[in-house]
Amino acid sequence: MNPPRPPLPLILVRAAVVLLVAVALAVTLWRGLDERGAALAFGLLIAVGELARWSGAEERESAPLGAAGALAYALLGENGGQPTHHGVLQVVAVVVAASLLGCVPHVAKGHGPTIDHLTRRVLTVTFAAVCFQPLYNQGRLKEWAGEGPLYAVLVVALLVLTALWDAVLAAAMAHARTRWPFGPLLRDELRGTLGIGSAVCATGAVMALAVAVAGLWALPVFSLPLLLTQLSFRRYAAVRTTYRQTIASLARATEIAGYTPAGHARRVAALSRAVGRELGLSEPQLTVLEYAALMHDIGQLSLVDPVPAGATAALAPDDQRRIALLGGAVVRQTGVDAEVAVVVERQADPYRDQPVSARIVRAVNAYEEKAREAGPGGPLKALEELRLGTARDYQPEVVESLARVLARTGGTAREPLG
Amino acid sequence: MGSMRGSIPPRACFYVACVVLGAGVCLVPLSDLRTPWAAIALLAVLYAGCEQINRWRPAGRYALQGMGTFFPVLLAGAFLLPPPAAALVVLPGALLSRVEQRPRWLRRVWRAARLVLGVWAASRVHWALGGRDAVVEADFPYALGPAGAAVLAFCAVLTVLDGGILATAERVPLRAAWRGLFTRSLAPVAVHGLAGLMMAVLWRSPYGPVAALLVLLPMYVSWWVFAQYHRERGAHQATIRALVQAVDIKDGYTRGHSERVGQASMMIARELGMDDERAEALRFAGILHDVGKLGVPTRLLRKDGPLTPQERRVIELHPEYGHEMVRGIGFLGEARSAILHHHERLDGSGYPYGLTGRQIPEFARVVAVADAFDAMTSTRSYRRARPVAAALEELGRCAGAQFDPRMVEALALALGREGWHPAVTADETPLCGEVPPPAPPARPLSSGPEEHRKPEEHRKSVDGARP
Repeated sequence: MNPPRPPLPLILVRAAVVLLVAVALAVTLWRGLDERGAALAFGLLIAVGELARWSGAEERESAPLGAAGALAYALLGENGGQPTHHGVLQVVAVVVAASLLGCVPHVAKGHGPTIDHLTRRVLTVTFAAVCFQPLYNQGRLKEWAGEGPLYAVLVVALLVLTALWDAVLAAAMAHARTRWPFGPLLRDELRGTLGIGSAVCATGAVMALAVAVAGLWALPVFSLPLLLTQLSFRRYAAVRTTYRQTIASLARATEIAGYTPAGHARRVAALSRAVGRELGLSEPQLTVLEYAALMHDIGQLSLVDPVPAGATAALAPDDQRRIALLGGAVVRQTGVDAEVAVVVERQADPYRDQPVSARIVRAVNAYEEKAREAGPGGPLKALEELRLGTARDYQPEVVESLARVLARTGGTAREPLG
Repeated sequence: MGSMRGSIPPRACFYVACVVLGAGVCLVPLSDLRTPWAAIALLAVLYAGCEQINRWRPAGRYALQGMGTFFPVLLAGAFLLPPPAAALVVLPGALLSRVEQRPRWLRRVWRAARLVLGVWAASRVHWALGGRDAVVEADFPYALGPAGAAVLAFCAVLTVLDGGILATAERVPLRAAWRGLFTRSLAPVAVHGLAGLMMAVLWRSPYGPVAALLVLLPMYVSWWVFAQYHRERGAHQATIRALVQAVDIKDGYTRGHSERVGQASMMIARELGMDDERAEALRFAGILHDVGKLGVPTRLLRKDGPLTPQERRVIELHPEYGHEMVRGIGFLGEARSAILHHHERLDGSGYPYGLTGRQIPEFARVVAVADAFDAMTSTRSYRRARPVAAALEELGRCAGAQFDPRMVEALALALGREGWHPAVTADETPLCGEVPPPAPPARPLSSGPEEHRKPEEHRKSVDGARP
């Protein structure tokens, strides 16, 4: 499947970044590097950080050391007590050259950073450098803040601003790419900034200040703790992936046992996630929703005889509720968030009694079953039936959101799981 | 952990008293020193604050003991202050720290005393090598030398003291208690030492303590992620058990069978000298070997009388169903082959593929033996359990034709040494009841700050290394 053509704003942003990078490289080559030693050391650090990029991660920042090094270079004032003179364009040139160098092996293996990653990196670093370098080089910063604690506070404040800018940028790019609502995307980005983002920013600030005090030796000394952080994140990501796979296997149990049609749980999960995204749920809520959707039929394992075609939406309300309760009991044993069990238990209640995730699972499950039964033209008919049930069973807003998602994706949810 | 929980043996109390006395002696020179009280107070508050984070953070239920120990603060103190002052920084944080087990105050005092001695030694070494001037002048790379020596001293003192408490309280032989303690703790403490050095340098710089505080943020994030990792791992194990319990819903009489097969498989793996990772994978293979029974109609599994050939064929599909189910779980790796082939026989008369001899994957041969052993030694609706010896004899009789003689022998050896103490986790847990007690804890991870546990927890890792 070819990726769809990126939308116009994204293309414009990329073109601007390419122009900026070209100008920066040309000017730096023409004028030569100021403070070669520092440029080389930071370039090396960024390249190593890129090399240590961990591939296949879903996390926001997969090369934290590279990002921290780039920020530190953008905010570098003194080096071992001597003032530096490099400007914004040199910062951009060094960061881009080192990043590209560092990701060569990854690209060769076929999973390098995407263009969007690099675009974001360049724009973020440019922002930080534009805020800092001119002021520093003109000596204004020293006038205002002196060289004491106030200077450190100023650097930190700049980094906080940079982190906010980065979050807005990332949310805007994701919005342009996927058309998901901007507000929730920004909220998720800001939340992510609190995790590894804050570690990256703090490391960037510490490196800039430590190099000012102790010279370039500070770089290797302080890279190690951040590498430790990265290692922890990688482990965490690995166990989360495994966990998700296991939940998916548990969900497949009903399919293999012949209670539900193959792929049903997965389709419901993908579609539920898309609807939840459309309704503005946050990332943790989406995870709960996804797990609940994957396991929503698990209660059927307790039945001695399968429900015909696993279609619970056609059963009597009492039976539906009984299976839901059985499912909730199984889910409570799986160690997932208790909220997931609540969603599974309440999936057969009238929508006014349900939490919003359960409303989504109920509507999407019913849609999936009805659309499958009805054959060609099923999706429309199923939606119509759902609309008729909005008095009691399905929440009107959820059904409308589902309709929008289906209209956008042409009947199949593209939202990747996880 | 046995004896520490209830009463403390007198000699352990005596040992703790000696250590406390030593710590007191370290702190005495404070009175005739020009003490930098402001710096001490700031660092002590910082350390106590870091320790307290343990109490209210959201993942509190999964709090790891000792994980909250923020060595960077302590080591920064050791690099900045004279030895008695650096040792004083420990006290408020350690005395107010959270302790799960009784007697709480004895444990707190012990923790504080051991850290006081460790920090004092680190600071003393650093001072003697002229590290203080290096820190004040930010003289790199020279500053790394004294700092490295201080980290070594810190680790050495903690190792000696921890070994001592294990020997007195748990009656672990001293050599066994010390083995590995030092090397395991060195790497994480060294990283914390680098962070501490950076903190000390920034503290002394014109930017002052504000900049030094920033160093703690990445450390805190890394520690927080680590706690999340443990939480998620616990949840994952619970999910695996849920898969097994889903089988139990359908097939009533196998309660606990899966866990026991996992246990026996792991015993065989250890006996064969497999590394810990493969042994762990085999445990999962054993636990999940029958997961495919979820795909077999419940009526067939619960049928009392003899099965018709057709019904038998349906039941014999379960290894393939199971393999299909766990296909997507990446970490199982080799274990998936065990699930598919655990009913193969060496002479080729097994199912699903009728493989012979070494065509059958090693994991499958292990699980086949463990499965048969547990089936014979547990009570089923149609017959009583056989004693372990009779079961082993029967296995020996079928070795060669049905089972791999190597695996049978390994099981016999392992049982001869350790006996058979099946975990009864899944036996009496009703479906809607509480979550069953966790499976035996996995081997502690080989690196990371969690190595600094309370002394009684070292015992567990010692046991884990030498079952």
